[in-house]
Amino acid sequence: MNPILENVRLNVLVSGTASDSHTWNLVYLQLFLEAMGNRVVNLGPCVPPQLLAGRCLEHRPELIVLSSVNGHGYQDGLRAITRVRQEPELAGVPAVIGGMLGVAGERDAASAARLCEAGFDAVFDDGNLEAFERFLARLAGTPAIASHGRAES
Amino acid sequence: MTVSFGQFVASAGRLVVQPRMGFSDPRQMRSGLEHTKFAAATTVGTLTLDSYTRVGDHDSARRAVADGVALNGYPIVTYPVELTRELLAGVADETFPVQVRHGSSRPQRIIRALTAAGLDATEGGPVSYCLPYGRTPLRDSVASWAESCELLARLVEPGRVPHLESFGGCMLGQLCPPSLLVAISVLEGLFFTQHGIDSISLSYAQQTDPTQDEEAIRALRRLGAEFLPVRADWHVVVYTYMGVYPLSAAGARRLLETSAELAVRSGAQRLIVKTVAEAHRIPTIEENVRALETAATVAVMTTVDSARSGPDTGIYAEARTFVEAVLELHPDAGAALLAAFSRGYLDIPYCLHPDNAGLSRSYIDDAGWLRWSAAGRMPIRPAAAPRDSAGMSPARLLSALNHVARKFDHSSQEARCIP
Ligand code: B12
Repeated sequence: MNPILENVRLNVLVSGTASDSHTWNLVYLQLFLEAMGNRVVNLGPCVPPQLLAGRCLEHRPELIVLSSVNGHGYQDGLRAITRVRQEPELAGVPAVIGGMLGVAGERDAASAARLCEAGFDAVFDDGNLEAFERFLARLAGTPAIASHGRAES
Repeated sequence: MTVSFGQFVASAGRLVVQPRMGFSDPRQMRSGLEHTKFAAATTVGTLTLDSYTRVGDHDSARRAVADGVALNGYPIVTYPVELTRELLAGVADETFPVQVRHGSSRPQRIIRALTAAGLDATEGGPVSYCLPYGRTPLRDSVASWAESCELLARLVEPGRVPHLESFGGCMLGQLCPPSLLVAISVLEGLFFTQHGIDSISLSYAQQTDPTQDEEAIRALRRLGAEFLPVRADWHVVVYTYMGVYPLSAAGARRLLETSAELAVRSGAQRLIVKTVAEAHRIPTIEENVRALETAATVAVMTTVDSARSGPDTGIYAEARTFVEAVLELHPDAGAALLAAFSRGYLDIPYCLHPDNAGLSRSYIDDAGWLRWSAAGRMPIRPAAAPRDSAGMSPARLLSALNHVARKFDHSSQEARCIP
C-alpha cells in the first residue's frame, strides 16, 4: 500500500445509487477503505438522492464514495451529486463515483464529464482501484485533510 | 386449451433453456424474443425488467425512455399495455411461454402490467426479492408479495394458469451455502401455494463445486416433494453461476457448460443461462442465443447415471432443519419467515439488509466447497471451520468472490495449450 495512505484517517460515507441493488461492491469498498484506517459508514444499496443528502448532513463525512454497477450509474450518479451539492454545508465535501456506470461495457467520456461538472471530484467508471488509491493519496496531501490525518494518528 | 408455463416445462421432454434478456428498446426486445424462440433449443422467453421499474421509480424510467437512454431492462409499467401486447403478438404462444423477471420487493404494479399484457408467469419471492435487492423492510415485502400472489391468481386471463418461480436459490448470487438456498426456495414455494399459486418452480443457483451442487439440487427435489401440497405442479430450475463471472469467453462458456451438465445430472427441468458478456456488460441478442444453444447441446450430450447418487454430506438434513425450524414458528409461511429472520434462524452471509441478523459467515474450503464458518443463531451445527476463516480482509473477500471466475479463466488457458 502507498505509505502516504496509512496517514489518511477519514470519515468516509459509502453508498449505492438510487436504482442499484448490488451490495458486494459496497461490502468490498468498505473493507478496502477500513483496511487503510478510515472509518466507514455504509448506507447500503438503493439510496435515493434525498436520503443520501440527509445522511451526509447527519454523518458529516470527509469523503463521499458512491458505487454503481447496474448500468444506470451515469444517470443516478448525476441526480445524486446534484442533490448533495444543493446543501451548502456539503458543497465542499470531496465526492467520487465508480463502478460500471453504463450498460455498454465501455466508458462514456461525455457522461463522465457531466458527472464532474455536476460536482464529483473524480469518476472511476472503469472501477479502477489503483486510480482511487492515488486519489486518496492526493487527498491526504491536501492541507486540510493532511493536518486532520496527523491529528488523528 | 392453453398450455401453462409449468405444463410446457413438464412436457418438454428435455432441458428447457431460458435467457436473462431485457432491453428498453421494444423493437430490440421483440427481436430478442423471436431469436430466443427460434434458437436451436427448447426455449422459453424472458422479459427482464429494468432497475427503475424494479424499485418503483417509474418517473425515471419514463424520462430515460423519452431521452432515448438505454436501460438495463424492459420497463413494462412505463410502456402502454398495447405496446407490450404488440411486442408479444405472434411470438408468445403455446410453443413459447414468456416469463417476466424483475427483482422487486413491491411488485403489484408489475403484476398488473404483465397480466394486462396477457402474460401469466413471473418470479421472485418475499425474501429473495427483498434482502438482496434494496432497503424495503422484510415485513413490507412479505405483505406486498402476499398481495401480489393473490393479484396474479386473480388477474390472469380466464383459462390460464399463473406460474411463480422462487428466486430463493440465489441469495446475493454467491457465498451463501447450499442448504440455506434450498430451504429458502422451498419456504417461498410454500408461501406461494398459501397465497393461491399452485404452479411454481423452485430455484438453485450453481455455486462452487459440481458434486456439492448436485447433492443440493437432489435435496431441493426431495424437500419440495415432502413440503409442497400435492395439488401443486412444480419443477426445479437451475441458474448458471450468479456470482462474479469469468472474464474470458472460453472460461465463461465452460462455466455455462458445467451448469447444463449439472442441471441434467441432478434432474432439473429448466436452466437459466449466462453469456460470455456477463462480466462485462448487458449481453446482445446473439450472445444470448449462443448461450442457449451451447447449453442445449451440452444437455443433450449429458447422460444421467441413475445408479450414481453421489455422496450425502448432510445438505438435505441441514436444509430440512431450516425448513422445520421456520415452520414451527407459525403456520403461515410469511409470518414464519419474518419471525425466522428476526430471530436469526435464517441469516444470509454478507447481506447488508437491516432485517438480516448478519451473524453468519461462509468460506470456500481447500477442496472448493462452500461452507459455513459461522452459524450465528441459526439452528444448525456445521463442522468447525479453520480458525482464521471467519475474518475478512479486502483481499480475502475478493479472492472468495473471484474463486469460480479464476478457476474457469485458468482452466480455459490451460485448455488452449493442449495440442
Ligand atoms: C452478483 C451479481 C448480482 C446479484 C447481486 C446481489 C447483491 N446484493 O449484490 C443479483 C443476482 C441480485 C444481481 C442483480 C442484478 N444485476 Co447483477 N451482477 C452480479 C455479478 C454477477 C457480480 C457482481 C459482484 O458481485 N461483483 C463483486 C464486486 C466486489 O465487484 P464489482 O461490483 O464489479 O466492483 C468492483 C469494481 O467495479 C470496483 N468498484 C465498484 N464500485 C466502485 C466505486 C469506486 C469509487 C471505485 C474506485 C471502484 C469501484 O471495485 C470492485 C472490486 O474490484 C455481475 C457480473 C459480473 N461481474 O460477473 C452482474 C452485473 C453487475 N449485474 C447486472 C445487472 C444489469 C443486474 C440487474 C439490473 C438485472 C439485470 N437486468 O440483468 C439486477 C440489479 C437490480 C437493481 N435494482 O439494480 C449487470 C450490469 C450491466 C452493466 N453495468 O452494463 C452485470 C454486469 C451483469 C450483466 N452482464 O448483465 N446481480
